[in-house]
Amino acid sequence: MSRPSDHIDSAPAPSGNGITQPKLGFVGTLRWFWRQLTSMRTALFLLLLLAIAAVPGSLVPQRSSDPNGVIQYFNDNPELAPVLDNIQAFDVYSSAWFSSIYLLLFVSLIGCVIPRTKHHLQALRAKPPKTPARLGRLAGFTTRTAPVGTDAATAVASARTVLKQGRYRVALFESPTEFSVSAERGYMRETGNLVFHSALVGLLIVVGFGSGFGFSGQRVLVEGQTFVNTLLAYDSFNPGRFFNDTELDPYTLTLDDFEVTYETQNLEAFGQPLDFTAGVTVTPRGGDAQDGAVRVNDPLRTGGTSIYLLGNGYAPTITVKDPEGTVVFTDSVPFLPQDANLTSLGIVKVPDGLAEQVGLIGFFYPTQDETSSGSYFSSFPDLEYPVLTLNVYQGDLGLDEGVPTSVYSLVTDDMEPLATRDSAIQPLELTPGETQELPNGLGSVTFENAAPDAAEGDYAGSVPRFASFDIHHDPTQGWVLLFAVLVLGGLLTSLFVPRRRLWVKAIEQADGSVRLEYAGLARGEDPALESAVTALADRHAAMLERATPAIKAADPA
Amino acid sequence: MNLNELSILSLYSAMAVYALAFIAFSIDLARRSAAVGSTEAAVGATNEAPASVAGAKASGGGSVSTLNRISSRMADDAVTPYGRSASLRVGVSLTVLGWALHLVAAVLRGLAADRVPWANMYEFAMTGTLLIVTVFLIVLTRTDLRFLGTFVTGMVVILLGIGALQYYVEVAPLPPALQSVWLVIHVFVASLGTGFFALGFALSFVQLLQSRREERAGTAKSSRLRFLATLPSAFTLENLAYRVNIIGFILWTFTLMAGSVWAERAWGRYWGWDTKEVWTFIIWVIYAGYIHARATRGWRGSRSAWLAIIGFAAVMFNFGIVNVFFKGLHAYSGL
Repeated sequence: MSRPSDHIDSAPAPSGNGITQPKLGFVGTLRWFWRQLTSMRTALFLLLLLAIAAVPGSLVPQRSSDPNGVIQYFNDNPELAPVLDNIQAFDVYSSAWFSSIYLLLFVSLIGCVIPRTKHHLQALRAKPPKTPARLGRLAGFTTRTAPVGTDAATAVASARTVLKQGRYRVALFESPTEFSVSAERGYMRETGNLVFHSALVGLLIVVGFGSGFGFSGQRVLVEGQTFVNTLLAYDSFNPGRFFNDTELDPYTLTLDDFEVTYETQNLEAFGQPLDFTAGVTVTPRGGDAQDGAVRVNDPLRTGGTSIYLLGNGYAPTITVKDPEGTVVFTDSVPFLPQDANLTSLGIVKVPDGLAEQVGLIGFFYPTQDETSSGSYFSSFPDLEYPVLTLNVYQGDLGLDEGVPTSVYSLVTDDMEPLATRDSAIQPLELTPGETQELPNGLGSVTFENAAPDAAEGDYAGSVPRFASFDIHHDPTQGWVLLFAVLVLGGLLTSLFVPRRRLWVKAIEQADGSVRLEYAGLARGEDPALESAVTALADRHAAMLERATPAIKAADPA
Repeated sequence: MNLNELSILSLYSAMAVYALAFIAFSIDLARRSAAVGSTEAAVGATNEAPASVAGAKASGGGSVSTLNRISSRMADDAVTPYGRSASLRVGVSLTVLGWALHLVAAVLRGLAADRVPWANMYEFAMTGTLLIVTVFLIVLTRTDLRFLGTFVTGMVVILLGIGALQYYVEVAPLPPALQSVWLVIHVFVASLGTGFFALGFALSFVQLLQSRREERAGTAKSSRLRFLATLPSAFTLENLAYRVNIIGFILWTFTLMAGSVWAERAWGRYWGWDTKEVWTFIIWVIYAGYIHARATRGWRGSRSAWLAIIGFAAVMFNFGIVNVFFKGLHAYSGL
């Protein structure tokens, strides 16, 4: 039998009690092991183990989905974290123990599917089995008497027609006293089952190896900036194992504008963002520029990549000049949002051109407001009353050692605070278009107004916005979808197509009448079997009735 | 009064009506016990024999007579026949009334928010329970599962109570992350699947009680839950639970896939082991295990019923605990 021996539809194994088993050789042991691995009980055990093994990954942050959470966890639990890390608790889904469970499960599955496929292919070519001698023991057993004038052979022939119409595969059998038709349908049930399981294997393979052929990269663009899809242009880039960066298609992507709509009608959700739209221009190499948009839930697909909108915020344009008025720094600096009203934090580093290296820690408030204690906050995420405050430090920026440092943080350990909340000079405070002197006569700093011609008090366009994009390439995604559809389709057919056998037997009685017997056998779940047998009997009877008057007409006696 | 306030009024009315339905169904169970008591007094323990035979056949599996049993209609295999009951009909009528009020509440909430009413925990609770009752009422038109009325109305009242008191949030527009057609599809199918799993859970639970009663039937000890004798045999209950659970499983499979498609559009990857994804996967695997268990010798019956119960516990955990307390990308509880 093709099914595992402990499948509920397999014949029970003979009890081994009191029988001396022959000693298994090496091959025998392997066979025994293989039989154990492909048994239903092992598959079930591995399934349940897989469910349990997946749980820890939801309790402890994972490097794959929440790397900052892992760092936080190490800080919060310095004793426990290394122990957990040793058992790969922060990489559960790529850990040795999780992988071994699902790999064993899939080996077990393949070991089960292959013999069943072989068996099913044979069954697809085979004729329905011989009609059982006694139908009375079978499901839905029904007897009828054929109309007078119908002989057994005719009755069975018309039953065969009825069954064929019902898409049954049929075979006729006859013996001296009785004619019968044996029919089977629902081969799709097993086909669906095999497709489901094979598609799962396909899914595992594609998911396992597929991601290796793609990449993901991130890039921040301020309004007006352009990005060329090449390796160096990315802020961060994670290639798959088999990805070659010569495969990058060097299109250019320009962020033309970034539009945000905020809720202003509903006071319960005042200031909640309603829409983010990044208006972009994409120019393929050697092609014409095309306008496009990237929105949340609506990525832009171009050049074999998908471009996602990951985040956004303000990028105030800041200019620093030396005492003579020479520009030593000017740039739109992306400020990272700290709360829902976009209080934002940004860093400016001026290593050259001034008497000392200068670092600025800036806080940006799109709509500045003040608490009773005098500290600032933003009360609305849009530009109603933008204010930039700058803490000024001088000293060693730590850039000269050649050690990479983050552009989003400033280490002030080796620096002298010139203008902070705790120093004699308070932080510099600027509105768009304003310039302030730096302390110690170092120079000046300007918060540029991006829309200098706007009306007095209209700050709507005064500060540029930035958008951060996630750019992905995964050539195997279509395969994943295909296998997922096969999984679903296979599941539906394997659970809902009934596989059943039906038999119709016509027996000539001593008194010349013909006795008709109907019965069925379910193969797997089949709640509608009995009604199917009854329906067959009814349809067959109706067909015989229709045929009988014609016979009578032909026989005037 | 605006639409949302009308929705809240309608929801609280529905809860009150469900509570009354729960009382009516409970009275019915009490009467069933009383009816069994009097029958047992009259007939004695001989009545128990058919049930234990059915149980023995069930464990055999695969035999022709078992297959006969699968296809038989369920209503007629209770040990003690139980006739018409006024409280049962009152219970069903009240459930239908409560369901209508509940539906009005969900529709009004959707109109008030100008979108589908399942975008935060309060709305999930409202629509999810509405679907549980809907599935129950639809199944009632095909099979007599009215004895589950206490379970369904009781659970819905508790969940709605928690939803309305703990999770209530004012109407708010959809954040950009939720503005997708997949919100309509993915969340609705997940809630519908939950409705089927809930019913499957109840059937498996009663199945366990029933099989314990059937095991004890031959012995002197008799179950305290005497109304069980008026319910279908454990074998029939198991087949019903299986049919309900596989529909839930298919819907859950679809939920997982629709979620992947949405995740690809929203987050740039179809699968990332986010906490909610992990739990959706765990639930899928548990129910896959349940379906396998039913096809494994020695696991059909009470053991597979336990898996269905664990599966539904995981569904509830996923909804009530993971949404609120676990960190992840599915942070849309609105709390």
